[in-house]
Amino acid sequence: MNEVIKELLYKIADDQLILGHRNSEWTGFGPLLEEDIAFSSMAQDKVGQSLALYQILNELGEQPPDTVAFMRHAERFHNCILTELPNGEYDFSLVRHFLFDTAEFIRFDMLRDSSFQPLAELAHKIHGELRYHILHANTWIKQLGSATKESISRLQVSLDDALPYAMGIFEESPYEQELIAEGIFGGEQMLKERWMTTIEATIHHTNLHLPAWNSIVPVLGGRMGKHSVHLQPLLDEMSEVFRIDPTAEW
Amino acid sequence: MKSLTTAIIYSWLEEVKDPEIPVLSLLDLGVITAVHIDGEMVQIEMTPTFVGCPALDMMKNEISDVLHRHGVSEVEVKVSFREPWSSDKISEKGKLALKNFGLAPPPSGKIISDLTLLEHVACPRCNNTNTEIRNFFGPTLCRSIHYCLDCQEAFEQFKPL
Repeated sequence: MNEVIKELLYKIADDQLILGHRNSEWTGFGPLLEEDIAFSSMAQDKVGQSLALYQILNELGEQPPDTVAFMRHAERFHNCILTELPNGEYDFSLVRHFLFDTAEFIRFDMLRDSSFQPLAELAHKIHGELRYHILHANTWIKQLGSATKESISRLQVSLDDALPYAMGIFEESPYEQELIAEGIFGGEQMLKERWMTTIEATIHHTNLHLPAWNSIVPVLGGRMGKHSVHLQPLLDEMSEVFRIDPTAEW
Repeated sequence: MKSLTTAIIYSWLEEVKDPEIPVLSLLDLGVITAVHIDGEMVQIEMTPTFVGCPALDMMKNEISDVLHRHGVSEVEVKVSFREPWSSDKISEKGKLALKNFGLAPPPSGKIISDLTLLEHVACPRCNNTNTEIRNFFGPTLCRSIHYCLDCQEAFEQFKPL
């Protein structure tokens, strides 16, 4: 059962770490000071949440969090490809934040009922924090999604670009049946259905439109370690200082 | 050394302040969730306000330092999510200290799904709710940024969670 839980923890932790790193790339570059602060704060939340998840993994016998975060190569990461894509312009980062964090908010809501107690406790906590991420995403999507011709068309283009990758969030685990049967996690299919309904409800308040869900071809592979060309350069940069002296005390 | 009791330990912990809000003790902040005494060894269980709170290690060190100063030979500080922190864990005394410090205290109750309570937070200076939210995020993970239309000044709130 440990392998089943580990696989689940790794993909969630890796999602948080990689998107946390991408969010941190907005520090000093946000289009407004408030957005600079928002993306930097969300980065801090996500990296901190990944640390707490890696700590649970450490208790299950995996390497310590720093080793796991900084010493693995891209093919050992289980994050979905959506999280590793470059920030692009603000419209893409905002759309990704909206699509991903909506899924993550529902995922942690489901995990509050997990039969694996350490994860259920942590999920309760993280779910509360993510409310602020969701408020932030929804506020801006609603505002910019019905503001000017330019803001609407920019968000629409980014939405169309991001959706195939967003479907990759729900790439199923090899242990999907065990996770559901053991009450550890309700499964990617249930998560995806709740996510689609939530996304539709928010988009409905804007001038944006969603393509038919069944017309979107998901970009898969991330969960199995098959990544885009963008992940390894991110990891090289993220771990650059750590690798100079992995035994250094910070 | 006289025998330790949890009441004594709690009174010593009153000396440990939040590194980012020096008017607030960790007890008033509500992050200390248990104290166990086992002979000469004291085990403190604490829980972070936010999972990614960067002040956590500093708090752990300060707890150890204060207890060592009072003669406790062995201190173990354990982080746990068994009893997760929420803003309702801040004591009434703590909320008053926040307000006097210029930080709007979080409202009580499970209310964060009600957006209007975030939009019109009472200004810690004039107490009026003629205020606007400017950012769900602020200078630390636990603060949001607001603006008082009466005082025409920005202020921060300790976020309800």
